[in-house]
Amino acid sequence: MNNENHLPTLEGPVCPVPLQHADQVVMGHGSGGKMTMELIRDIFMPRFKCDPLAAGNDFAAVGLPNLATLKGQLSISTDAHSVAPLIFPGGDIGKLAVCGTVNDVCMSGALPLYLTASFILEEGLSMTVLENIVQSMRAAAEEAGVQIIAGDTKVVERGKADGVFITTTGIGWIPDGRRIGGAEAQPGDKVLVSGYLGDHGIAVLAARGELGFETAVQSDVAPLNHMIHTLLTAAPHTHVMRDPTRGGLATTLNEIAHQSQVGIVLQETSIPIRPAVQAACEMLGFDPLYVANEGKLIAIVPPDEAKDALESMQRSKYGEKAAIIGEVTSTPIKRVLLHTTMGSNRILDVMAGEMLPRIC
Amino acid sequence: MRYVDEFRDAELAKGLLSQIHKTVTRNWVVMEICGGQTHAIMRYGLDELLPPQAELVHGPGCPVCVTSLELIDKALEIASRPNVIFTSFGDMLRVPGSKKDLFSVRASGGDVRVVYSPLDAVKIAQDNPEKEVVFFAIGFETTAPPNVMSVLQAKALGLTNYSVLVSHVRVPPAMNAILSSPHNRVQGFLAAGHVNTVMGYWEYPEIAQKYKVPIVVTGFEPIDLLRGLLMVLQQLENKQYDVQNAYSRVVSYEGNKAAQEMINRVFEPVDRQWRGIGSIPQSGWGLRETFKEFNAETRFEVAHIQTRESEICIAGQILRGLKKPYDCPAFGTQCTPRNPLGATMVSSEGACAAYYQYARYRGEE
Repeated sequence: MNNENHLPTLEGPVCPVPLQHADQVVMGHGSGGKMTMELIRDIFMPRFKCDPLAAGNDFAAVGLPNLATLKGQLSISTDAHSVAPLIFPGGDIGKLAVCGTVNDVCMSGALPLYLTASFILEEGLSMTVLENIVQSMRAAAEEAGVQIIAGDTKVVERGKADGVFITTTGIGWIPDGRRIGGAEAQPGDKVLVSGYLGDHGIAVLAARGELGFETAVQSDVAPLNHMIHTLLTAAPHTHVMRDPTRGGLATTLNEIAHQSQVGIVLQETSIPIRPAVQAACEMLGFDPLYVANEGKLIAIVPPDEAKDALESMQRSKYGEKAAIIGEVTSTPIKRVLLHTTMGSNRILDVMAGEMLPRIC
Repeated sequence: MRYVDEFRDAELAKGLLSQIHKTVTRNWVVMEICGGQTHAIMRYGLDELLPPQAELVHGPGCPVCVTSLELIDKALEIASRPNVIFTSFGDMLRVPGSKKDLFSVRASGGDVRVVYSPLDAVKIAQDNPEKEVVFFAIGFETTAPPNVMSVLQAKALGLTNYSVLVSHVRVPPAMNAILSSPHNRVQGFLAAGHVNTVMGYWEYPEIAQKYKVPIVVTGFEPIDLLRGLLMVLQQLENKQYDVQNAYSRVVSYEGNKAAQEMINRVFEPVDRQWRGIGSIPQSGWGLRETFKEFNAETRFEVAHIQTRESEICIAGQILRGLKKPYDCPAFGTQCTPRNPLGATMVSSEGACAAYYQYARYRGEE
């Protein structure tokens, strides 16, 4: 069919060719139509490529490896991530989104298998920034040895999100007989932490540039599954593992003390804190024991496995500065006490609300 | 960490504690003025290590705690207005007014921002000429220099959209008020070293002589506090009532004269309401007539707001050294950092918050 000859010659108005919007996210990228497909094709697929994703379905069909021989449980965790700035010294929201969920899945002693990722993009987000974030998700997933098998993207109007929010869900396999959880701590157990505390919180705070201080401290964001694997080989009867993220060490240990109905006594002098973090906290009026971490592990292990546990942590990439910082006690129940450098004891409570810089 | 570790040295602390134990022969009540000192004492558990005869009571030196409820209600009213950017030190956001706090104003759409320095608030005013920018200028002598600096800078820049809600308080009138109270128990003071960094301690000998109380300028680290306390106790045992300086690495007798002159240029002494204590004559600073255009209270016409305080809260008695947080029926039950009835439970420097955070379990034993 060729009707061209019958059409009037258009010399006046013409339909403008739509802009391509290759440099920033616009509402159309969330339409579900052609632009969404392009976004997936150009940004996500090249980096997350795997068979379940490439199948292009609304679901990812995955087989559990050797399902017939697998016994045990699934470990499933989901986490929403928002951070300002999106990119900070030592990482970005993408790395955070992968590591955060991988770590949560692994705190059960699970082997992490798959992740899904859901993105809420703010209109106007730079496409280069998005690419970098997705790229670092890929790098973190590779390091952790997990596949990102399903995802979703929505776009919201400018001002309705902070650049990008990423929600990740992870699935892992807990081998049969493994019993690790917040309620398992026993009096006499040793409390270990895998390294310097407070790095992530201070790095992000400094990167915001609002408090007028600069620091060389980098976020500790890292996937911990390999260290956990080594730890569980060295200390197979580990009772509790947890990553002290928001609220820091103090808040996390309080949760465990409540769940396990025990007390926890820490030795202040044994807790590893980087001098630069200590200095920043002194200035701001923060306590590093309440500052967030994204690549630290707290492990509570029976006393006879503590030495092996410590050595295994210290051998691993993210555990060089690991230390035994205290022990589990039968009293005072549901409390965390800090034996101070002065020789006195004080309570280490949960954080009340947002951490606020002090006045003077 | 240098300049800090040496003042947290456990061996030095043991030595000082043993001297304190040897010095004390009878009961003494010593007040540490500053909330920062209270927190250091509780954080390091120093009070547990002292002889029982040496009782520390906690002074009014927490700017958040003593800011009157009325002024907080005024702040909340101003912050709720549509064209206002309300700026404040972070601590103030959680302090309850009679119905809400600045956090809830922000959640309801008010533009409330935490600044770390009042000069940041001036910058916000420069960047937002179409908005009214208000800074909540609270604090003791310590925060006065940066706060007046912001006014001077706004004036120099010709800013007409910057103002300050002033709630400044001064230490010496509060010491006078405590010592002249018929219920007073305080026999000696650890003066607040940060205040003295600005003001020196030339105002203190008159107080020491008039009321026969030793006053020792004291820092904030465990060693500083123990040294200051030892000096006060030695004076008390020797019936000596002098002003001494245990914080000479940063404090001089005259203080920071340039800062004092700057404060005097912008501020003048005024009567001030203290939360839980009441009005103390000439105990605060307010803007001088020549800077009245920067006064947020008149600019936003909030002078009519008048409020009363919670009847349960005994913060006033705590701030005067008459009671301890444990003595309050609401402590740790109705009143917690998450649901504070009074300001002493709010601030990271408040006495009730310090007890709750570091030593709550002791009351249960």
